[in-house]
Amino acid sequence: MDIHEYQAKELLSRYHIDIPRGGLAYSPEQAAYRAREIGGDRWVVKAQIHSGARGKAGGIKICSSDHEIVEAADSMLGRTLVTHQTGPQGKLVSRLYIEEAMDIEREIYLGFVLDRKSERIMIVASSSGGMEIEEIAEAEPDSIIRATVDPGVGMQDFQAREIAFGLGIDNALVGRATQTLLGCYRAFVDYDASMLEINPLVVTRRGDLVALDAKMSFDENALFRRPHISEMRDKSQEDPRETYASDRGLSYVGLDGNIGCIINGAGLAMATMDMIKIAGGEPANFLDIGGGASPERVAKSFRAVLTDKNVETILVNIFAGINRCDWVAEGVIKALREVGVPVPLVVRLSGTNMEEGRRILAESGENVIVAETLAEAADKAVAAWRSFNAGKAA
Amino acid sequence: MSILLDKNTRVIVQGFTGKIGSFHAEDMKRYGTNVVGGVTPGKGGQTHLGMPVFNTVKGAVQETGADASIIFVPPPFAADSIMEAADAGIRLCVCITDGIPSQDMIRVKRYMRRYRFEDRMTLIGPNCAGMITPGEAMMGIMPGSIYLPGRIGIVGRSGTLGYEAASQMKALGIGVSTSVGIGGDPVNGSSFKDMLELFENDPATDAVLMIGEIGGPQEAEAALWARDHMKKPLIAYIAGLSAPKGRRMGHAGAIISAFGESAQEKVEILKSAGVTIVPTPSSFGETVAEVLSVMKAA
Repeated sequence: MDIHEYQAKELLSRYHIDIPRGGLAYSPEQAAYRAREIGGDRWVVKAQIHSGARGKAGGIKICSSDHEIVEAADSMLGRTLVTHQTGPQGKLVSRLYIEEAMDIEREIYLGFVLDRKSERIMIVASSSGGMEIEEIAEAEPDSIIRATVDPGVGMQDFQAREIAFGLGIDNALVGRATQTLLGCYRAFVDYDASMLEINPLVVTRRGDLVALDAKMSFDENALFRRPHISEMRDKSQEDPRETYASDRGLSYVGLDGNIGCIINGAGLAMATMDMIKIAGGEPANFLDIGGGASPERVAKSFRAVLTDKNVETILVNIFAGINRCDWVAEGVIKALREVGVPVPLVVRLSGTNMEEGRRILAESGENVIVAETLAEAADKAVAAWRSFNAGKAA
Repeated sequence: MSILLDKNTRVIVQGFTGKIGSFHAEDMKRYGTNVVGGVTPGKGGQTHLGMPVFNTVKGAVQETGADASIIFVPPPFAADSIMEAADAGIRLCVCITDGIPSQDMIRVKRYMRRYRFEDRMTLIGPNCAGMITPGEAMMGIMPGSIYLPGRIGIVGRSGTLGYEAASQMKALGIGVSTSVGIGGDPVNGSSFKDMLELFENDPATDAVLMIGEIGGPQEAEAALWARDHMKKPLIAYIAGLSAPKGRRMGHAGAIISAFGESAQEKVEILKSAGVTIVPTPSSFGETVAEVLSVMKAA
């Protein structure tokens, strides 16, 4: 789960990481008032969306008068910002963060991530901040410093010092840099983060070390013990199809194709999507219905897949383990009658009692295309989608 | 005869008296698994499904001589259960639980290192379907009937995709020595490589089918290990050719493991290591059959 920049900064400031003075605004007037509260003569108006690279998309503006602030705020609020991280649909700006502008001496990249290879929290730092980390890796790979933390004892002062000296930070600021690194590590652990990025961490002309931007993501499996983080969720930043599904306990990822998928198990779901692609179609979504596949869950899944108006065929692929195909078939038919599916439906059932399940589908009188193998299911789904499309065009 | 699990393995169930634990304890027993009891703190001394319940894993090990444990404990408490099993001298632990926080798993892995390698528990999972040695014993939630006893080892992340592969093989009369689900979590117990090593040294296994997916470094690590150490044929499939990049991975995460994380890259790494690739998820059975016929001819 992602949070906004201002929320990440608020969390980090509790760990003695310096952030610029700032405040939240929901209207241009509020933005100007915030600037006056903050004081000074130069401010930054920043669109709060769950994406980096906001500057290039017009989501960050430096202002030096009330008038400029109102204008900048007006140009951002209510607009959908498209960055290379948001995808073409972009993200809606409904809140702004107003900050004092900093005089920047140099920019540093600082990231904390769960490294799957070492199975530890890894610190990634570079003296070439301001760029995205992929760009740094491309342009200045030698500037990247990595260190992992032993979870038994946590991050040690010497590790933080080594990174600070490695980044070429002035002796006078090494103490502050060490505190900043240790603070980030503690915040990462205390809130069950999965990613924490300060880019850039800046040295100001005044000689302070300040987090100019901050980004945090959290382990969704740990939210049960982090109610404070759950409260920060902003559904307006999520794909509405995904919000609908996740609110109903389904694992769903929206894609750009036309063939909706309802499958049990993440691996089988990915494999089925691959099969659709091999057969010449494009999947509209990933959906893992999870264990059980009860009639209620099947009905929920149909509703979730149909929230995507691009769906022109649905493929259901269930491998019944503990489950039985005859129960799943009855669930599919019940769901069909409850939900109403206006597009072709291909169902492939495999595993326990599959013959019985297929018989129930065939004899239901419902318009269900039954498939036996995975390849057949994908071929039939693509064929059904093509003729549905041809019918629409005619 | 197999890796890790056979009909003599003495299994206890952690989270024994819960609905899910009870259901699968009976199912495993019906399959032939030597289930000897279970653990539910606070219910020690009771009898459940005709078997003794213990308060602690240590107690269960002392009384029953259990050497393996399967965990059905809810996510907030599952990491603790794994560490309890490791400390009680359990040799093989299968954790089915889905949803354990990653930092809990980091702690579990660190904790397990306090034991000497020879004494260290083998952890399978979490977030997996478990493992089965067909015709002998099952520690998991899979449908036992789709596995034919035989000489192919299977190791995969996903449950149902593993079922798909096993049933395609069964349809062609190809059997399985042991099938292991290592689970879909970013930090897990045993890796692909760990399982390949066991299969390579198992006289009852002739070839291995590895079913990977996008994300993480384990398939690439396994490919390199197989290239340098494996004499038995390795066959692999990677799910997620159509999965978009960067959807689940955090931003800073992309740099550390960007190389080799997509399905296309993993397939390339596996190919260059000499691994036979299953071209589509509909051709597990025929690809394994082809490899077997080449082996026979040689």
